[in-house]
Amino acid sequence: MTFISNLISGISLGSVYAIIALGYTMVYGIAKMLNFAHGDVIMVGAYISFCASTYLHLPPIVSIVIAMIVCTILGIVIEGLAYRPLRRASSLAVLITAIGVSYFLQNAALLIWGSTPMTFSSVVGFDSIPLFDGGLIVTSESIVTVIACIIIMICLTLFTQKTRIGKGMRAVSEDKDAAELMGINVNVTISITFAIGSALAAIAGVLLCSAYPILTPTTGSMPGIKAFTAAVFGGIGSIPGAMLGGILLGIIEIFSKSYISTELSDAIVFAVLILVLLIKPTGLLGKKMTEKV
Amino acid sequence: MSKMIPVPSNSIIPERDSDKKPILETLHLGIDFGGLTAVDDFTLTVGRTEIAGLIGPNGAGKTTVFNLLTNVYQPTRGTIMLDGVSTAKKTVAQVSRMGIARTFQNIRLFSNMSVIDNVKVGLHNSIDQSLFSAITHCFGYRKSEKKSREEALELLDFFSMADWADFQAGSLPYGAQRRLEIVRALATHPGIILLDEPAAGMNPSETAELMENIRKIRDTFHIAVMLIEHDMNLVMNICEGICVLDHGKIIAKGTPDEIKSNPKVIEAYLGKKKEA
Repeated sequence: MTFISNLISGISLGSVYAIIALGYTMVYGIAKMLNFAHGDVIMVGAYISFCASTYLHLPPIVSIVIAMIVCTILGIVIEGLAYRPLRRASSLAVLITAIGVSYFLQNAALLIWGSTPMTFSSVVGFDSIPLFDGGLIVTSESIVTVIACIIIMICLTLFTQKTRIGKGMRAVSEDKDAAELMGINVNVTISITFAIGSALAAIAGVLLCSAYPILTPTTGSMPGIKAFTAAVFGGIGSIPGAMLGGILLGIIEIFSKSYISTELSDAIVFAVLILVLLIKPTGLLGKKMTEKV
Repeated sequence: MSKMIPVPSNSIIPERDSDKKPILETLHLGIDFGGLTAVDDFTLTVGRTEIAGLIGPNGAGKTTVFNLLTNVYQPTRGTIMLDGVSTAKKTVAQVSRMGIARTFQNIRLFSNMSVIDNVKVGLHNSIDQSLFSAITHCFGYRKSEKKSREEALELLDFFSMADWADFQAGSLPYGAQRRLEIVRALATHPGIILLDEPAAGMNPSETAELMENIRKIRDTFHIAVMLIEHDMNLVMNICEGICVLDHGKIIAKGTPDEIKSNPKVIEAYLGKKKEA
């Protein structure tokens, strides 16, 4: 029974990682950059939702929508102010800028909300479900998280495969210059990608803090890094890869916490990543890169 | 010094286009890379439905000219008028929407996307796209999707590729990929299409088919075609006006017959005759 219960919490935590990893992987796929500030957008989303429900007494769903809107705008602004001027710069410059944006967001949150941890009240309205006469308790947060993850996955796949903007995104991700010559506005496409990634980050932030209710300005950084790991694990640039990587990472983390050691769990997670990359450098579902000679 | 051959001031615009505004006009176009002048004083006029050729030895700056015409490179000097409108200070995407499309020397399809999606990418973006219109477009999705699928299939059918619509673009045979690149470029509804070595790597029968297709493009879509090509048989057969580039400068302009007998062209290609 513990095994199943662990598996469920693993999948649930993994779903949060997956939603965050989608943001990393989409931005990487299209703008070919690692947005290390993504984790902090999660934190901003969680704070916004927290404020909306605590101070303005808005219903949970409204507070989530507000968090999504704020994060979407934040994502577009970050991209426009920090990354767009560096579009033709070296990837190292962009990477360092991303780290800078990450610290900026953390410290801005510190100024606004202070360092005292806040207790996030779960946005999920119904009670946990006991199964097998209470032998197995499935928390309501797990259920909502997994369902949200599945819905997001389906919507995102349909969006990239079927819509005009989605096709534009895939075209930009394959060949930015050729896409531009087809009349695609690359800047708009990248903005939309950041907008979607940040909206997802807001959802992830709310779900994460519903399950682990301590909210501080650095709440987003560790899940952010783990989700980045998940994206690399699954094959960065690939949407199903982010999904698979996220869920596997969540399961590995929970299993190592309960069967091996709580302290070592993070070390184990990253050791698995190193192992996978040694065997399959492009990640589990990553595309094979053929180097042109 | 060899004798100077006077360069005609404008290229030979076919009779049928002479009363219409030219689709493309460049005036003293030039670009420097650092201290190197890659293209200089490039002045050319292309008629509405002309098939124009751009030839010259390797490294003469032909592809650079295409990159200038599509604004991939910003010219250092001179102007480009596309359908009477200057392309200065426009982005690559904006210039594309102004009616110029191109293919590449090395195929650059979106090879992980399906054949029809490659064409749709061209179709979708030929209309103006702002953030707002892109988002609102999502709501009218079904109708526009059906329309664009029909149009894409029609275009593919024109090059007898409709049966391959759902194949992955990268899995097509070489010749078909080249054709698809042309279809994708046509999908942006251009007024002029630039083909960069369209016959490269093709066998004689494929080249013959390509010539047929280029004429068909001109006659069906009533657009101008400008091509870079090393296959002289193709160039001399289908081009109405030819421009010869050497070391970044135009050394001759004229009809195929004029070009064939121009001593400067022969010299650029074969080297100077040794005085015995």
